[in-house]
Amino acid sequence: MSLSPILTRLAALLPAGRLLTGPAQLASYESDGLTAFQERPLAVAVPETADEVVALVRFCHAERLPFVARGSGTSLSGGSLPIKEGIVITLNRLNRILRLDPAQRFAVVQPGVINAQVSVAAAPHGLHYAPDPSSQSICTIGGNVAFNSGGAHCLKHGMTSNHVLGIKAVLATGEVVEWGGASREQVGPDWCGLFVGNEGLFGIALEITLQLLPKSECFHTVLAGYRTLEQAGDAVSAIVASGLLPGAIEIMDALALEAASAAVHAEYPPGCEAVLIVELEGPRETVAVERVRLDEIIAASGPVEARPARDAEERLAIWKGRKSAFSAVGRLSPDFIVQDGVVPRRRLGEALRHINAWSREMGVRCANVFHAGDGNLHPLILYDGRVPGALERAEALAGRILKMCVAMGGSITGEHGVGVEKRQYLPDMFSVDEIDCMKRIAAAFDPCSIANPGKMFPVAGALALVQHGLHPLEKAGLISRE
Amino acid sequence: MNPLLTPASLDELVEAVRSTPRVLVVGARTKPRLSAVPDVALLSMTGLRGIIEYDPTEFTFTALAGTPVREIAAALGEKGQYLPFDPMLGEAGATLGGTVAAGLNGPGRFRYGGVRDFILGVRFVDGSGRLLRLGGKVVKNAAGFDLPKFFTGSLGRFGVLAEITFKVFPRPASTLTLRLPAEDAAGVTRILTAAASTRWELDALDASLDESAVCTRLAGPVPAIDALAGEILARWPGRKLSPEEAQTTWSEAAEFSWAHPGGVLVKVALTPAQLPALSALGRNLAGARLRATNGGNAAFLSLPTPLDAARLGEGLRALGIAALTLRGDAPLWPAGRDKPAIASAVKAALDPQNRFPSLDD
Ligand SMILES: Cc1cc2nc3c(=O)[nH]c(=O)nc-3n(C[C@H](O)[C@H](O)[C@H](O)COP(=O)(O)OP(=O)(O)OC[C@H]3O[C@@H](n4cnc5c(N)ncnc54)[C@H](O)[C@@H]3O)c2cc1C
Repeated sequence: MSLSPILTRLAALLPAGRLLTGPAQLASYESDGLTAFQERPLAVAVPETADEVVALVRFCHAERLPFVARGSGTSLSGGSLPIKEGIVITLNRLNRILRLDPAQRFAVVQPGVINAQVSVAAAPHGLHYAPDPSSQSICTIGGNVAFNSGGAHCLKHGMTSNHVLGIKAVLATGEVVEWGGASREQVGPDWCGLFVGNEGLFGIALEITLQLLPKSECFHTVLAGYRTLEQAGDAVSAIVASGLLPGAIEIMDALALEAASAAVHAEYPPGCEAVLIVELEGPRETVAVERVRLDEIIAASGPVEARPARDAEERLAIWKGRKSAFSAVGRLSPDFIVQDGVVPRRRLGEALRHINAWSREMGVRCANVFHAGDGNLHPLILYDGRVPGALERAEALAGRILKMCVAMGGSITGEHGVGVEKRQYLPDMFSVDEIDCMKRIAAAFDPCSIANPGKMFPVAGALALVQHGLHPLEKAGLISRE
Repeated sequence: MNPLLTPASLDELVEAVRSTPRVLVVGARTKPRLSAVPDVALLSMTGLRGIIEYDPTEFTFTALAGTPVREIAAALGEKGQYLPFDPMLGEAGATLGGTVAAGLNGPGRFRYGGVRDFILGVRFVDGSGRLLRLGGKVVKNAAGFDLPKFFTGSLGRFGVLAEITFKVFPRPASTLTLRLPAEDAAGVTRILTAAASTRWELDALDASLDESAVCTRLAGPVPAIDALAGEILARWPGRKLSPEEAQTTWSEAAEFSWAHPGGVLVKVALTPAQLPALSALGRNLAGARLRATNGGNAAFLSLPTPLDAARLGEGLRALGIAALTLRGDAPLWPAGRDKPAIASAVKAALDPQNRFPSLDD
């Protein structure tokens, strides 16, 4: 098949074989982690160097050709969904850790480096990279930067943005900028802070300087089962009120527990509507004092059973159950949508009561795993895309949940980003003027609207949803929901 | 003299911005160089003060930008909480908005992060005179661009902060400060670098290069920090400070009382490895004093007079170290600064009529 003139010119920028245009090649890029949306791009460019990325972006700018940067395509909000009349620039091959300075505790990485690999590289020096999204074994730092991704340890350590010290990026205008650097301080406006969380609308990150932290010496991880979600929520409030600052406070509800038990053979206390996971971390002397306090608070909160991890292995098992929850829930249902709205922590119980009531009323099953310490919900809304109307019902429940989060003074997204999925809800959080302000900023970075257009901001006319979707990589047999 | 506007409500603030073609917002002017701009009307925020919302169980508060950080520290302290980056110049009257706009962090920055890491949301007036809210009021929010972070260090040049929401943390049960003398700047750097990589989770890690001594603070339960202090003192010679000495040490750091009154005070961002070179530069400038903070990732340099400011600038440029003058008669950016095209484009997006001065004014 002969290429269109623009793709022929584009192909000339890369060595042979690194512009994918065949339908079979494009198939695995049609969706991201939000499989309800699919779109086939004109082509997928596979650069291997930062210079190639710059050349591609400058070409796109000159030709007004839309592009979508892509890491591992695990976005849960449709952030890396391709654009029909544009290309995908996939960054997986820019996967080198360029520098690791253990003495000054930072790493400079390319955008395609996998999150978990940073910690692996830092481990021999007793260091780690703190942000730990559940997808950390596959998602990239470039994707994390674009979404300001979080994880289970945000309460104490913050999100991606709190760990990014420097960014070199090619903006959608073709300009190459370098902000920040190895220092943990800066003078002048925080450009790195503005870039993180841009959802791919500003340009492409080429090099990212990450701060590394000493690994905590000691952990005390407790798993406690509760008869009711309410009790688990009250336990969270009691912990927070005590003045302790746990590294993580997580809750899983009954359906999520059922799924995790089936998937990774995790064992949870029987008859519980909710399981709470709390983790203290720090020097052993500090943890020794604080664990006594925590154990007392939990004992007083009326759990069915509280199980402190006795060793590193038991701790990892607790986290394995928690981090596999998404994919485990995936086994309960052919399809699901994950929401990640935020509510003020004190209203968690109320929020969950509403979600459960709506779930029953609308006949849509919903599992809940969430970052309780941050008030960050993660309702997993189950549906079967083959059943007519099921996706629409799932989306209707998702919409009710988002509106509730805003009404409670929270946010439509804590860490997954707005993407395509929640763009129609942005006006629930921000006024016309506020959205205009953000659009002006986007236009400063991308005057021609070529960088991931159609994401974050509401558009007229909704996208066509597909009936049923496995992740394209699953279809290709490359990944499974293990 | 610049004319001074003093709005007493958000409506008056919006009106003041709209009706003034060239205006720069100021707080208590504790970092006077940041607002030493000719030919602008000054918009004082001191009439817009007070905590609007504070719910200790949420770990968040929202306050008007003119609220003195001292008032905030007191309110948080009553509930056993604090802003972990130790806002600077509290006794001098620094405001919350000025602290954000200056991007100034205190010693506690070392452990959990700085202003940029704890700011959650802002209400601000843009150059078109619109009162806008960006970011959020909950501890976690990824909706929309992170303008609140961008405003950190933006010196009032992109908008007028009206109201700010912050995340707070529970205050540790107790603290203990150690003073560790070193031979020279290289010795100080060795201690800073080594101490930052340990299991101790230090709460603050500062140094005086003039006295060649590291000052570090531990925070947590008493038995734990006593044990850790023992281990630190077994590794390096030094001593525990009494609570009064510790109080004096950290308040001196926060208030810059070690710096030359009426002199030039410059903040620099660097890496610990650059500290010996910065110290050598300081020794070549008459009467210079130098303090490192944040484990050697930031330093404050004080000159008795502006006479050596040009040489300081040259020296910093040669070392590739970025700097900002907080007070005294020296260039705002002693080492210059990068000016990518995007910086003017974002300025134009937020302030199309150039109502606010530019970063170079
Ligand atoms: C099972 C599972 C669990 C998850 N758990 C979490 C979690 O705990 N916390 C959390 O926050 N998220 C989680 N996610 C969501 C997702 O993993 C994160 O959003 C992640 O950061 C996406 O990384 P990616 O490499 O897959 O990026 P992609 O999905 O490929 O891209 C995401 C966005 O980043 C942009 N982008 C990618 N690379 C660049 C670059 N170099 N420069 C500029 N823009 C770029 C894309 O255009 C897109 O908008 C989970 C997802 C899955 C599937």
